[in-house]
Amino acid sequence: MSRIIDYMTQISNEDVLRLAQLSSLELEEGEIETLRTHLEGVINHVDELAELDTEGVEPTYQVTDLQNVSRDDTVIDYGVSREQLLACAPDQQDNSVKVPKVL
Amino acid sequence: MTKISDYLSKSAVENIQAALARAEETSEYSALLSLTKERAMERAYAVDSGEITGRLAGVPFVVKDNFLAYGAPTTAASKFLQDFYTPLQATAVEKLEAEGAICIGKANLDAFAHGGSTENSAFGPTKNAHDKSRVAGGSSGGSAVVTALDVVPFALGTDTGGSIRQPASFNGVYGVKPTYGTVSRFGVVAMASSTDTIGCFATCAGDAELVMDIMAGRDERDGTTLPDFFAPETVKPGQKIGLIKEFMSDDVDQAVRQRTLEYVDRLKAAGHSVEEVSMPMVKYALPMYYVIVPAEVSSNLARYDGVRYGTRAEGVKSLGELYGKSRDKGFVDENKLRIMVGSYVLSSGYFDAYYQQAQKARTLLIDEYRRLFDEYDVLIGPVAPTTAFKLGENTDDPVKMYLADIMTVPASLAGLPSISVPAGVDESGLPIGVQLTGWRKSDANLLALAKSMEVTE
Repeated sequence: MSRIIDYMTQISNEDVLRLAQLSSLELEEGEIETLRTHLEGVINHVDELAELDTEGVEPTYQVTDLQNVSRDDTVIDYGVSREQLLACAPDQQDNSVKVPKVL
Repeated sequence: MTKISDYLSKSAVENIQAALARAEETSEYSALLSLTKERAMERAYAVDSGEITGRLAGVPFVVKDNFLAYGAPTTAASKFLQDFYTPLQATAVEKLEAEGAICIGKANLDAFAHGGSTENSAFGPTKNAHDKSRVAGGSSGGSAVVTALDVVPFALGTDTGGSIRQPASFNGVYGVKPTYGTVSRFGVVAMASSTDTIGCFATCAGDAELVMDIMAGRDERDGTTLPDFFAPETVKPGQKIGLIKEFMSDDVDQAVRQRTLEYVDRLKAAGHSVEEVSMPMVKYALPMYYVIVPAEVSSNLARYDGVRYGTRAEGVKSLGELYGKSRDKGFVDENKLRIMVGSYVLSSGYFDAYYQQAQKARTLLIDEYRRLFDEYDVLIGPVAPTTAFKLGENTDDPVKMYLADIMTVPASLAGLPSISVPAGVDESGLPIGVQLTGWRKSDANLLALAKSMEVTE
């Protein structure tokens, strides 16, 4: 059954903040309005999809028909040392990545 | 423009010095974010001494700065990764290096490859090779421009929805987006895993074919790579070609349509048949793309949290604040928009209406392609509805910017090979490209066809 769009999706500032929270983005006040307008524009554009009748159509998540690609559970040596990887982290201590207190 | 063969006869040191000098001479285009001078010169000496050999011995190239490569940071044109030095290289880069090619620098892009103009780079936009007041296209804008400006004979890019083909068209070079899974994505910054592909820019079809031949192949480190299939072909005579009607409407620049029709005439003169075909589903390709891709972006970019690598926000008190502030500062606006669109379409209550609906629509689009490719060898149309637009022209309206990808996203959603072939210029001298698309794994046929159509000067 096809649906006809007869409304505009509205995005509120609260929606923006909720999405930002879901996305782990701590937005600054000044960013909210532009993001709200842009989000509304994109969502209204993609709303066109609702016109399509997709009853009984299977979704495609993977285009080359691969299924459950598995590999042996063995250690592969990429030639990268623990020290090299730790050096990428912004803060390290005692051979570990350091972060602020969690609890 | 120079070809790979022009470099093979010269000393590597001479090639690399000339390429580095040319890169500096053309710095006003902001096509490169960094040069890998020291490492490039070391490798050049090793080629000249015979220590390194191969099909590309001493040939300079550039990689888009979302490929992990030694000698400079891998920034993805973002503040997040501005100081990130990789401890390992992308498979594609390793394979080219194994054939003696020498990376001289890293090209500008839209941050995290989100964009169609390279204006979303955190380090400023790249300018078009033919008109500095215009965009390079994107997201692989820098790679297209260095190829067009003759800094290097080829450059690497990524194409998720047109990011190689569209800038190739805007700058008058060849751009290859292969079948999904042809080239390993290992070591390349992920954007949308179900459509991300690795390809190249070159000044002729033969060079693009050689580069693809070297990069293609199964890689255990990327589970989605296909078993080896790519092998250069000679052109098959009398191919059946479909001209996509929907891409030749009045909304498309007249010059773009004109150059496309001239290319069609040349295909006919070469003994191929061309007839108009219709693809009603392409109308929905852009909405599909801007549901599926942001959904995948939102999950792929979750890894940038300021913990294990990248830039961390200062003065934060909790882990949650560290994530939130690092991400707010590290991403550009378009990254945030796409992540949030992704969160929207994946959130409960909207998942079926957007995400599932888009993936079902994708099936219908693929079915449409499948039916056409039962009958036709190749589909043709323009790469983009316009030539390169002015810098700043589309930056206020993301949807307007997305429209520049309207002709390239369909093949991406279906995982099909598609190439951009230079087809002349408009009245202002701005380049126009035509797009040749084939069924999965027909990459070599597209390149052979393009090669056979090249005008020899």
